[in-house]
Amino acid sequence: MQPKKKTLRPIVTGSSVLGIKYKDGVILASDTLGSYGSLARFRDIRRIVPITKHTVIGGTGEFSDFQEITKILRQKIIENQELVESGKEEDELLPSEIHSYLSRVLYGRRNKFNPLWNDVVVAGFEKGKVHMGTVDLWGSYFEDDIIATGYGTYFALPLMRKAYKKDMERDKALEVLRDCLTVLFYRDCRTINRYVFAEITKEGVNITDPVEIETKWEIADWQEGKL
Amino acid sequence: MQKGGFNFDLYQRNVELIEKNNYKVPKTTKTGTTIVGVVFSDGVVLGADTRATSGPIVADPNCEKIHKISDYIWCAGAGTAADTENTTGMISLQLELLSLSTGRSPRVRTALTLLKNFLFRYHGYISAALVLGGVDFTGPHLHMIHPHGSTSTLPYISMGSGSLAAMAVLETGYNSKMGEEDAKSLVHQAILSGILNDLGSGGNVDLCVIKHKSMEFFRNVDTTNSKRKFRKKLPYMFKSGSTKILEKEIEEKMRKMEIVNEKESQIEELEEL
Repeated sequence: MQPKKKTLRPIVTGSSVLGIKYKDGVILASDTLGSYGSLARFRDIRRIVPITKHTVIGGTGEFSDFQEITKILRQKIIENQELVESGKEEDELLPSEIHSYLSRVLYGRRNKFNPLWNDVVVAGFEKGKVHMGTVDLWGSYFEDDIIATGYGTYFALPLMRKAYKKDMERDKALEVLRDCLTVLFYRDCRTINRYVFAEITKEGVNITDPVEIETKWEIADWQEGKL
Repeated sequence: MQKGGFNFDLYQRNVELIEKNNYKVPKTTKTGTTIVGVVFSDGVVLGADTRATSGPIVADPNCEKIHKISDYIWCAGAGTAADTENTTGMISLQLELLSLSTGRSPRVRTALTLLKNFLFRYHGYISAALVLGGVDFTGPHLHMIHPHGSTSTLPYISMGSGSLAAMAVLETGYNSKMGEEDAKSLVHQAILSGILNDLGSGGNVDLCVIKHKSMEFFRNVDTTNSKRKFRKKLPYMFKSGSTKILEKEIEEKMRKMEIVNEKESQIEELEEL
């Protein structure tokens, strides 16, 4: 009898990925933790990676499947590049094309009951506009101006929905993301205080080095019954 | 003879009904809720949404989730509606009797102990998650009580299905030096976040501000979420004359009396006796 070769459950996991559009582009953010159940095993992984000069993807869920997705997409880019060089294709793959292709890959895997256990955010700049959306392990495709995956949907999305305004300033967008990441650090057990921001504008992609965000712990001084 | 605690006599029967007889278990009315409590400089503010759900259906779009335990001790409840209402009702009665027999005004800590001891005996089967807040002579208090009987004492609390959306707002907005208006606004925003982002919460926002020897209840302080406003509860009272009379028909029911025999009244005789 053959052993089961299908994905049963995620083992090394990444928590939320957040994304918000602003005036000049889009910013994605995530922490750098790869959890092994309740163990904070890999404290410096990159869950937001560039795919082309104008596209990044961010992944929640099983980290090995995210690495596989990165490989699949980068391979697709190389194939497309060869076609561009031989004159058969016009130009580099657009973010929306990458997003669409990924949704077909994930849906196909789900139909074989062997999913890539991820919730992926695809974001990029094309034709002067930002494209951002998400695809999950079931193949659900979704586009929006504000994106959150994992526990971010419960904690960050309400805050982002309140704060989001079309064509908001860069500083405001960063402030919203920092607030959301802080709340997630307070309330999601599978996070650490070490974050990476990926900014995409018409100039291209810029992914920062890991940073720490200040947290408030004055609650420790609070005493019950004192007016 | 079993004294107190949960009676498990019908457990076996229920299991067999579900497995062998395909019995459809009736749905409980849950409050699928967002409830919130915040401590500020002079007291506590409690907040709640007003949606009661039965599965995916809204059973009551404008129910009251903030229950009175005593004049200045109030309790917001999430979970099964029957459990929250009856548990808070019971403890309210017990607290009143206790305060009468001790001759002292009731304390929030007492309500907390009565509630947690009661719920613990039922090991989580009574699905009541409560936010208990009040001001007694020892100061302002705010506690959260879980269905299994554990409690926490915190400066800001959220419970129910919308608690994550509400907690996100509380974590970003809370500071220890808040006044009454800031606290009310924060609680309002937190409940609104639950109503807008959680499908189990909805309707209007209820607020309850408790300070030393003062309690203000703001029922339906924000009704922007319910386009239909439910003004009157049954039975309906219509003004007399509001129904138009189209036709009148008078029927004589009593025939005129015919005097057949005259007899003198015998009443005077009885009085003499």
